[in-house]
Amino acid sequence: MANSFLTDKMIKDTIGRQSPPVRLNVETGAIIKFAQAIDDPNPMWNDEAAARSGPNGGIVAPPTFLRSLGQVRADFPFDMPFDRALDGGSDWEYFFPVRPGDDITAIATIIDINEREGRLGTMIFTKTTVEYKNQLAQTVATQTNTSIRY
Amino acid sequence: MSKQIYWSELEEGQELPTLVKHPTTRQLVMYAGASGDYYEIHYDKDYAINNNLPGPILHGALKNAFLGQLITEWISPQGVLRKLGCQYRGMDVPGDTILGKGIITRKYISNGCHLIDCEIWLENPNGEKTTPGTATFELPIK
Repeated sequence: MANSFLTDKMIKDTIGRQSPPVRLNVETGAIIKFAQAIDDPNPMWNDEAAARSGPNGGIVAPPTFLRSLGQVRADFPFDMPFDRALDGGSDWEYFFPVRPGDDITAIATIIDINEREGRLGTMIFTKTTVEYKNQLAQTVATQTNTSIRY
Repeated sequence: MSKQIYWSELEEGQELPTLVKHPTTRQLVMYAGASGDYYEIHYDKDYAINNNLPGPILHGALKNAFLGQLITEWISPQGVLRKLGCQYRGMDVPGDTILGKGIITRKYISNGCHLIDCEIWLENPNGEKTTPGTATFELPIK
């Protein structure tokens, strides 16, 4: 079925678009506050003394802490008339722990965009992969997100 | 720290220990502050209702965090989470008790690592899976 909004050129121009880098210096207090907010009492992200004798040798960030970098998003190369947004889901892959003192740089790349008709009318599905690197240039995690505009 | 579980002890088809969460509007405000996601549908009732919602709803990413806790609480301290994925299929609202559940779908060795794949999900009080997902983690062997 033909798209009512997205053209082949718009799709081609969108895939591969990158966001500006977003940076975060990871602080112990921010990790503990995040753990408290999600109500996760695991000593690995709450208690430096207990975490020190654990496998990571100190506090590390819980799995979704990197969401606290905020929006890491590439612009569309066209005017987006659908101004409502829904979060469709996330797929994380983890490679190294995130520790206090780490300088994290995140860059998002749009890997897919398509259009579907649904109960909300025309919906634009965008798949974006965010790569998070630390100051040692190690990729600590990637997050692939689906966002829906309608 | 909780008692360590080992790869050798687990079997395909085995259920994960259930995680019980009691999200409140207060928690949504705390999560907004900690994550920097200040979208008003998560704490402003009038704003949420004007957006055709029943009231404030949970951040998708908070539900993602619950699923992370479901796994890490169980595999701590030696287990290592490798992959965590979820889809936001249904809304969850503060005041509801949310259950995190899962089942082991695969037990295998890859590149010398002892791995477990799970299907995981969050369930609302009506027993609906609002947030299905998958996880892969590595465990020590005894």
